[in-house]
Amino acid sequence: MTATLRVNLVAIAVLLISMAGGVVTLDAIDHTRRQSLAQEALYVRSSKALRRMSLGYTGLLADIYWTRAVQYFGEQHHANSRDFRLLAPLLEVTTELDPRLLPAYQFGANFLAPQPPSGAGLPGAALALMKYGIEHNPDQWQLYYNMGFLYYTEFKDYAKAADAFAQGARLPVTNPFMPILAAQMAQHAGEFDTARMLWSTTYQSTQDALVRQNAIEHLLALRVDEDVTQLEQVVEEYREQTGRLPASMGDLERAGLIHGTPADPKGRPYRLMPDGRIEVQDSQSIFFITKGLPPGVAPPQPVRIDTSH
Amino acid sequence: MAAIEILDLEKNYLVGFWRKRPKLALRPLRLTIEEGEVFGFLGPNGAGKTTTLKLLMGLVFPTGGTARILGKEMDDPRVKSEIGFLPEQPYFYDHLSARELLNYYGQLSGVPAKERSARVEQMLARVGLSESAGVQLRKFSKGMLQRVGLAQAILHDPKLVFLDEPMSGLDPMGRREVRDLIQQLRHEGKTVFFSTHILSDAEALCDRVGIIHQGELRGVGAVAELTSGTQGKIEIIFCAQRVPVGLTALGAESRISGDMVNAVLLEEQQDAALEVLRRERLKLISLMPVRSSLEEYYIQKLRPTEGQKEEGENEADRKGVGA
Amino acid sequence: MNSRIGYIAFNTFREAVRDRVLYNLIAFALLLSGAAILVGEISIDIERLVVVNLGLTAVSLFGVVIAIFIGIGLVSKEIDKRTLYTVLSRPVRRWEFVVGKFFGLTGTLVVNTLFMALGVFLALLYVAHRFEKIDAWVLVALYFIVLQFLIVCALALFFSSFSTPLMSAVFTFALFVIGSLAEDLRGFARITQGVGGWLAMAIAYLVPNFSALNVINQVAHGDAVPGRLILYNSVYALLYSAMAISGAVLIFQRRNLK
Repeated sequence: MTATLRVNLVAIAVLLISMAGGVVTLDAIDHTRRQSLAQEALYVRSSKALRRMSLGYTGLLADIYWTRAVQYFGEQHHANSRDFRLLAPLLEVTTELDPRLLPAYQFGANFLAPQPPSGAGLPGAALALMKYGIEHNPDQWQLYYNMGFLYYTEFKDYAKAADAFAQGARLPVTNPFMPILAAQMAQHAGEFDTARMLWSTTYQSTQDALVRQNAIEHLLALRVDEDVTQLEQVVEEYREQTGRLPASMGDLERAGLIHGTPADPKGRPYRLMPDGRIEVQDSQSIFFITKGLPPGVAPPQPVRIDTSH
Repeated sequence: MAAIEILDLEKNYLVGFWRKRPKLALRPLRLTIEEGEVFGFLGPNGAGKTTTLKLLMGLVFPTGGTARILGKEMDDPRVKSEIGFLPEQPYFYDHLSARELLNYYGQLSGVPAKERSARVEQMLARVGLSESAGVQLRKFSKGMLQRVGLAQAILHDPKLVFLDEPMSGLDPMGRREVRDLIQQLRHEGKTVFFSTHILSDAEALCDRVGIIHQGELRGVGAVAELTSGTQGKIEIIFCAQRVPVGLTALGAESRISGDMVNAVLLEEQQDAALEVLRRERLKLISLMPVRSSLEEYYIQKLRPTEGQKEEGENEADRKGVGA
Repeated sequence: MNSRIGYIAFNTFREAVRDRVLYNLIAFALLLSGAAILVGEISIDIERLVVVNLGLTAVSLFGVVIAIFIGIGLVSKEIDKRTLYTVLSRPVRRWEFVVGKFFGLTGTLVVNTLFMALGVFLALLYVAHRFEKIDAWVLVALYFIVLQFLIVCALALFFSSFSTPLMSAVFTFALFVIGSLAEDLRGFARITQGVGGWLAMAIAYLVPNFSALNVINQVAHGDAVPGRLILYNSVYALLYSAMAISGAVLIFQRRNLK
């Protein structure tokens, strides 16, 4: 019995040690091969060949490439890399294998177009991806929406943006914001409202965590930009009424121009600078803001949630 | 010292899809086999003979109880180098020759390299396989495989040999050879524990027999004692076409087979019967006392006792044939 | 090393190499490597690529079939045909049997791979007329394939320790397929949220990682394999095999042999 017990104990010890060691080694392997999976997209540029290699399981292969694209983008972001050159081929292979994989288009619209480090800086590739997507999915309003979005944010081509939104608005299944966006594009109406509507629509129309977070960050930044613009107008109003700049937010409140102490979306009160400008307290805590920054400070860029750990 | 002491060894298998239903294979078994003894384990197919052997070999684990083999606990690894085992209907590696197989088993049993090849050749000769020693085993007949099995069981000169149905699948010549081999082992002072369902083998070879049925040991006895008792009757065989009237008058039960008559009658009538034959000028072939046979003992032990008759039959029904 | 383990390993090896089925499978693999030459001639400039890709893929796939076939065959046959009875009634412990089997099977697979690899290199020599420096990476790919066989073999042994031959073959092959997607599985798991994510992660880490052991495409393009990957993969294959073997021992220790 003791002999058997000894063998069992040794076997259990070996089992546990090798299991733990296996996990550690796997992490080391994954680290070493971080990009090799994504790199395969460079070997196989032809989706026809890939289709043949997949032995007909193109759906699964598309899902695999889609996961690789998301992982690749997340890992490059995490490593603070500005190099996203594999993102476009990965998304192209993904959508060619499964042209109806809508999240891939959404991902492309949001992360292919923006300049690094927010994205791959390839608005042209993003636009081509949307056109390819619309060709294969003419009844999906999200694709028209993403195309209009790209025309508006990246190309500043309001006519084409309006056209894209209008096309999407005519589909049997669409989003109620689409006709409004089309109209707003046409008349260049209130910049903040349009932008807010765009990002809200992006947020609502996706399940993708990265895309959602990106949209939330843009919405928060929009609110800061809008707050700062309004507060600076109030300061101007105060100066016109009293002939001097307010010394504190309290002055503005006593003049009946504001109620309470205005704060940014993270709850930190805005600061009134001696020269009448409004600044956020922590200029690095809210991404994508364009206003409320100290002079000469660049807007911070997000470090994406780390998808590799 | 006892060669084998079986102390309430018991085995239940769990059967059914969820392995919840227990199936009894061996009721607690208590049995002692002395050193130098040839012990026959008798019982019909599926009685629990092979289960007992597998328990002793450590191939299956007991539900309860234990056993001591050659004075050591049965799971003591040192026991294994002193015992030999022939499984039922043995089968070996197809692509090995008999010589290679025995050499391999010799290695595993720890036979020193110097002696090994000599021992292998000796064993091959002993079971009469010297000439086919280089042939791959897949070309062997069942009987030849049985011989290889015997050779591997005694290869390492074990003190104790377990043989599971050593005579099954053999032709009369082969059976005779196996019988001789077991006799030789007895002369060499080895203990032999073998299972069989063939009574004549047991009667011819064993010092003692144990009878097992439905997983239960029904009786143990010395063969000499079981068969020594006469029943006060004699059997006369003589040449005749019909039974003489005088013999029938003596109360003989007679059977005619061909030119011969077989008559059984009381011992006291022996002289009178011979007188009848002399008068009729019939040729006497044999006269011998009728002895009680192992068969009678066996049948008697297999018969369920009154109290458990019902239960026993049901169990037999459930089990069906074989196990 | 325990001498009985050595004897069992050698006997396993001998039993395996005398089986004719093995040679049929090797012949198929060599045939496929040979066919690569023909395919290569059709498409100019990518001869080397095709020969390496097709040759190594054939070695890998047929090797896995062989590994499963002999891994399960040689173990379950011992149990089925009860040869194990005559082995375990000798001074052989059950763990010695399992470990000895594993070494014997591994040895067989290494020798098989050597033969099949020879075929690939001959085909390579035929199309390129000489060996280049980058062909050394083909050796690394072959080494990784052997590591795959090691894991497949250990898994086959593990499943044989408690399951029927057919089910063992199915389980092992299924794990080979799943394991070939292991890196993507871990990718899926990482972007899955909540309890499902944890579960997916646990499964993704438990399945054998065959994908990192497949560098066929990479070496076909003449790309280098990082030295660290060679080290990590070796360590991983050893650890995973040890895990499967110790699992097999634990189960086999308490198995009732029917």
